[in-house]
Formats: sequence, structure tokens, C-alpha cells
Amino acid sequence: MGIRVARLDAPDDFEGWRDAARMLATERVPPDRVIWQVAGHAADLFAEAPPSIDPPPPAPPPAFRVPKAFVDLARDVVLHSDPERFARLYAMLVRLIEQPRLIDDRADPARRRLDEMAKAVRRDIHKMRAFLRFREVADDGEERFVAWFEPEHHIVRANAAFFVNRFNTMRWSILSPEVSLHWDTETLREGPGAVKADAPDGDPIEAVWKTYYASIFNPARLKVGAMLREMPRKYWKNMPETALVGELVAGARARETAMIETARAATPGGNVEGAWKALREEAMGCTRCPLYKPATQTVFGEGPLDARLMFVGEQPGDQEDLSGRPFVGPAGQVFDRAMGEAGIDRTAVYVTNAVKHFKFEPRGKRRIHAKPDAGEIDACRWWIEQERMLLTPKLTVALGATAARSLTGRTVTISRERGRPIALADGGEGWITVHPSFLLRLPDKAAAEAEFARFVEDLRNAAAYIG
Amino acid sequence: MAQLDVREKLGILADAAKYDASCASSGTTKRNSAGGKGIGSTEGMGICHAYAPDGRCISLLKILLTNSCIFDCHYCINRKSSNVRRARFTAQEVVALTMSFYKRNYIEGLFLSSGIIRSPDYTMEQIVEVARSLREDHQFRGYIHLKTIPDADLELVRLAGLHADRVSINVELPTVPGLTRLAPEKSATRIEGAMRDMKTAIVDTADARKRYRSAPRFAPAGQSTQMIVGADAATDRDIVTKAATLYHRFSLRRVYYSAFSPIPEASAVLPLQRPPLMREHRLYQSDWLMRFYDYAPGEVAAAADPATGMMPLDIDPKLAWALKFRERFPVDVNRAPREDLLRVPGLGVKAVNSILKARKWRRLALDDVGRLTVSVAKVRPFIVAEGWRPVMLTDRADLKPLVAPKREQLELFAA
Repeated sequence: MGIRVARLDAPDDFEGWRDAARMLATERVPPDRVIWQVAGHAADLFAEAPPSIDPPPPAPPPAFRVPKAFVDLARDVVLHSDPERFARLYAMLVRLIEQPRLIDDRADPARRRLDEMAKAVRRDIHKMRAFLRFREVADDGEERFVAWFEPEHHIVRANAAFFVNRFNTMRWSILSPEVSLHWDTETLREGPGAVKADAPDGDPIEAVWKTYYASIFNPARLKVGAMLREMPRKYWKNMPETALVGELVAGARARETAMIETARAATPGGNVEGAWKALREEAMGCTRCPLYKPATQTVFGEGPLDARLMFVGEQPGDQEDLSGRPFVGPAGQVFDRAMGEAGIDRTAVYVTNAVKHFKFEPRGKRRIHAKPDAGEIDACRWWIEQERMLLTPKLTVALGATAARSLTGRTVTISRERGRPIALADGGEGWITVHPSFLLRLPDKAAAEAEFARFVEDLRNAAAYIG
Repeated sequence: MAQLDVREKLGILADAAKYDASCASSGTTKRNSAGGKGIGSTEGMGICHAYAPDGRCISLLKILLTNSCIFDCHYCINRKSSNVRRARFTAQEVVALTMSFYKRNYIEGLFLSSGIIRSPDYTMEQIVEVARSLREDHQFRGYIHLKTIPDADLELVRLAGLHADRVSINVELPTVPGLTRLAPEKSATRIEGAMRDMKTAIVDTADARKRYRSAPRFAPAGQSTQMIVGADAATDRDIVTKAATLYHRFSLRRVYYSAFSPIPEASAVLPLQRPPLMREHRLYQSDWLMRFYDYAPGEVAAAADPATGMMPLDIDPKLAWALKFRERFPVDVNRAPREDLLRVPGLGVKAVNSILKARKWRRLALDDVGRLTVSVAKVRPFIVAEGWRPVMLTDRADLKPLVAPKREQLELFAA
């Protein structure tokens, strides 16, 4: 069998492809014996060869049927820029006649390839609807709009209906390299391809649109990759707002930092007490971790809200859990005594706990203190952060390992970090020392006294630091 | 105060509107202007006409009518006590701006919200007037989303629904104590009451349209809401549960999550940190599992860490769920029912549909599945296919590092 040449009128000539394919398939011409040519694009060996199948005679009804899904697929794929598209579709058609079920098999490599081509075409159609920009031109005092668009595939004609339906009462032209469309509110006219210089080079409204684009952007959420995925650079040249992208991205960091700095400098103002009370109220119903179930109540921090020194303990004990106040049990009493010896007014500092519910194991009638785990500390850290944000203390002292973890977010060895200042993310400073309950547990009296003195020394330094 | 021109006002009032996450223009009825009347059209699918460098879609002209407000909500840049520059559009200015942007194909339509001035009713009247003028004076057939005000008169809210494609009321915060603390003038009861009224109106008009074709449409794209993430004590588990309740009680189309981001003139009671964007992303993924993958709210919540109630940030919730409930895997792609296939990490709804169709005719091998998904490596440990069985893989203690994505730099400026 000789080579057959099928001629199509235009790069998006679906009807032409369908008629030719139907005839070729009826004769069962193998795909590798067909050459597909588009009028005006036929720079190949056979351009001058005598036509072998066209003009088509009135086609007999084909002796086969193809699923509608394939016709829909072909309608999209024909618009693709791949020169092999007609041949690929015809090859699939020939296979489908033998195996109609293939249409349901998206895992088949050739089918998959056609799916991908159709998807690229649909994306291009969608992006044209999205990224095409009209510019107004003066035309006898009547509104007229002109757009220039360079699609990747042969989609302009296929997209015409969308623009006609949307901008029905507007007079407009869409210019593109292959074809131009002109709508006069009643009829659609096609013209030859154009060049960019044929389109107007500006519109005063674009400055207003750019103001909108710059203002709706949130510099604290910079995600350039996400933008580029949906709005690739190849579309930028005809979109006025994209001229701003560079400066918006470059300035984002500075704008965000400025916002955070102003927020940091903002004094809590008259509402700090109300905010703290509301926060405390919110904490009373906290269920962020399961410790709220057996505990009596949330034990929130207390102290003056303008305190410059904040102490963070581990968690409420048995007495704190019952009274609802921090640092009132045995360890609290050791803390009070040390504060007195360091000469610090206990009522001038803010005290709170890293974990705000009492964790215990019942033993007989007694409730034995149990150490909170990392998950519980992390769940409760939210509250400490809120308290610190309201008070913005100059110095926060973590008492013991639990408080240290809460403050730093990592597991800390007290002996190694004691006395070493930690810069906190919000600008304050953090110190780490032992928990007063540690002093209660030392069996050796001399050692206990030495450790107590060391603890008092830490407190004294803290007082000196805040001045 | 010196008179501001429209462009200056736009700068202020768009800046003030950017904390609303929604810009969707989808899900409404199909309309067009063919026949020589009016302008505009809506397809089922929305169109994003541009993307800002924050990766967000710009589909609508999203602005406030005014950023003056009699409320003092801490998380809001427009609260009474903030020192931001104030501006106010007239209804006709908004109409003209919408029309001139629409005609140039910059937008799909308008998303109008407002600070509350004078009274809720007065503010709502102004919002409704913009929508009325667009629809009636200009025969505008594009998309309109109106933010309604919880305390406004029911009749005004009904008018809003007649002109708009979508209406929304923000629940603002996932917990009631959070709302009390951060938005002292707002009430969860009133917000939810307004959402319930809206649902009733939507359902009633939909019913009426079934009987009388001439019955007016009412908010055909339904109602949506937004929650701020990271400003109150709610855990991811709380948020997912709250969203499920809202979807269920008020038939919402969408719940938006907005990671709280620092704002100029911030109140001292709010976090001074980069917005938790990854957390926001994981919440959206959880939301998808409920809406498109048939996960019950409790199942999504089970993917959270039991102690902290938070979703893992390093892996997506679907993978987290699969790693937790390994006894449900591997799933045989050639035999398993749809609901089981939907649970496989890496298999999307489309891929599952393709598998179901293709396997009617032949048995699928791993390569076939690979052609239907983005990454066969992610899917492989969880499925059985022709010639493939994940030997012991689902039992391995170190499975997570094998399937979890390599840690990328998530944030541009991460410390």
C-alpha cells in the first residue's frame, strides 16, 4: 500500500481530521502509511506530490463506531502544537477499532500521552481566559477594547465563544500570531494573524489595577514558587501587573520585619489587663492535652502585668491544684524564702508554670506528683507564649528542666545551661536555674544549704539584671 | 482630612481586605451576556486572573467599602483602636471600579466586605446597594461575593442573597473563649444564628425553584466562612472538629483557614511571628479528606498527635493516618473497593477513578499505577498490584522516612 497524504485546512481543523481519519480507518490504512499536512504548513517532501486521498468522495457510513469520549479527547488534542498530533490520534483510532475497551485504560502509555496533550490544551485555553488583558482604544468616541495574546497551542478560535458570551455588549478584538478575532456586538469576524505592535501599548486603568495588585499582596506570606506554578513567566509579558513582582518580592522581607517591629514596640496599652483576664478565662477551659481531665482546675500565672521579671515553674502541685494559685505549696514556700533572702519583692514578679494542670498518680488517698512529658509541655507552651507576649518581661527565669524545655523548645541539661543567657525570639532574655523542689529533695543538710545559697545567688543576679 | 482619590482609596481598602482568604469564583450557576444585554458570565469553574507573590489567586476585586469600624477586634487591622489610615468608597465608586476592571478581563467579579460604620443595618444597606446597582443598573452577570453582617436586619440579608452568588459570615475564631478574648463585641451565638438564617433562606429558595421556575435564585454558590488559625488556643483537632460541625449544621460550601499573619498596627495580645503557613496548609488538606475522600471528622482528628492535638507538619494528614492505621494496608488496586483506594497515600480521586475503570478490563501492574499518579514511590508501600507486593514494607518501623518527603526549605526566611 502506498503512502497516503491527508490535507487539513488549518492547524485546528478538527472536522478535516475527523473526515480524513474516518475514511482512512474504513479502509484500514495503517497509521505508518499516512502523512498529515496542514495547508500553509506543509514544508515536507510530499508537498508537491499528487493528492492521494483528497478531495474526499462522499464518505460511506463507516463500518465502525468510536466512543464519544474519544471524539471529545480528539477535539482537544487536535489543538495541540505537537506536529505529530494528527498521527497520534489516528494511531489511537485504529487501535480503538480493534479494542474499544482501550478508551477506559488511562494507564495505557499512548492513551496517557493523549490525555496529557489534551490537558495541556485545556490549561492553555484556561490561561488565555485568565491572563488575556484588554486595553481600551479611542474609536469614534465609542468604547472598543483590544488584546494581544500568544497562546502555546492552536486554541484561539476554540476560545472565541467564551469571550463572545462574556463580553457580548463590548466591541473587541483579540490579536494573536495565527489568527485575529473581531466582535462588533453582533458578529464574530476572523482576520489574519497579527504582531504585537498592532495592539495598543497601554491603558490608564492599568495603573489603578497595579495599585490593587500591590495592595492585595500580603508580604508576610511570600510564596514565589506557588505563584510561578500557576502563573509561569511565559505569560508575564502581556500582563501589566507582573512588572511589580520583582519589587514586591524584594521589599517583602523589610515590610514584614517592620510590621513585627512595630507590633513589638506597641505598648500593651489600656487593654492589657482585659486581655490577660480573657486569656486566663480561656485557659480555664483548656483541653489542649488530656491532663485537664483528672485535675481540679487550670492554675494560671499571677502577678503584676507590668512585671519585668517572670518565673516559670514546672506544674501545679497538690495544693496549687486545689487552691488554683501557683507557688503556694512546699516548693513555693522555699521559693518565697529564697526571694526574701535575695531581697526581691515577691509581689513585684510574675510567676507561672510551664504546664498548667496538675499531673499526678493516685496512690491510696494521696496524689503523687508525676513529671509532665514533652508532648504535654509542648501543648501547654501556647499559654506561656501568650503570657510572655502580654507582659514582655525583660527576663524570664526557667525553674528546672520542664520550664527550660518550655522556654527553649528543646531538652536542656540544667547544670550545663545554668547562668548562660538565652536570647528569646521576642527580644527578651531567658535564664535557667534549678526548681525549688530540687532543694527540698537533697538529703544532705550541708549540700542543701550550699544549693540554696546558689539558688539565692541566681535570684540576686536576676534582680540586678533587671535593675 | 484631604480628599483621597479613587486610586489612593483602593490602596487602603484592598490592603485592609487581604486578610480574607477566600477569592473563589466557582460553584455558581452558569450565566452569560449573550443576546446583547449586559456584561459578564460565570462558568461552573472559577478563573484566577493573576497570582500575587504570596501564591494566592486573584480572581475577584476584593475590597472593603470602608475600613472604619466601631468594633475593636484584636486580630483585625481595621479595629477602632488601630492607627491605620481610614478611607471610604461610595457605592458608585465601587461599581465603576468593578466595571472597568471587569471589561479589561482583570477579574471575575467583586468580593465586597466592610468595616461596621454607624450601625450594622446602615453598613449592610451600603453593601447591598453596590450589588443592586451592578446587577440592575449595569446588568452585571459576573460573580459577586458579599460579606454579610451578623446583626443586620434579615430583610437586608435576604436582598444580599438575591444579588450575590455567594454570601459569607466569618466565625473568626475556632473557640468561643478565643472569640470572647479577641473580638469582645462579637458573639458566637449571633454569628451562628445568622449562618442558620442564611442556610434556611438558601434551602427555602432552592425548594421554591423546584416548584416555580420563576422563583428568584438566592446565593447559588452557597455560603462560606473563615477561621483564623494560630491566634487562640485551638488545636488542629479542635479546628477540624469545629469545621466538620459547621459544614454539617450550616451546609457550608467552604471553610477557609487563615493563618494569622502580623499586621501593621497590631494589637499587643497577638502572636508576633511568621504566620504558620504549613499548619494552614495541613488544615486545608484535612478539610479535603473530609470533603472529597470520605474521611469522618473523627478519623481526620485521629491523624493528629494524641498528646498535643496537632497534625504533623512534616507529612500530610493522609499519610499520617495511613502510618497510624497500617493494618488497613496494603490495598489491592485490582480488587479493593473505592473507599479503600481513596485511603492510599498518593492516590487522588482522579487516579482512583481511572484505576476503577481500567481494571474492569485488565489487571494493573505497578507501572500502570505509576502512570496514573505523580509519585509511584509514595504509593508503592501501600498497595498490591499485578506482580507487586510490598514485602514487609507496611510493617517496617522505619517506613516513615521512606515515604515522607525529603525536608525542603519550607519557608524562605526560616531562621
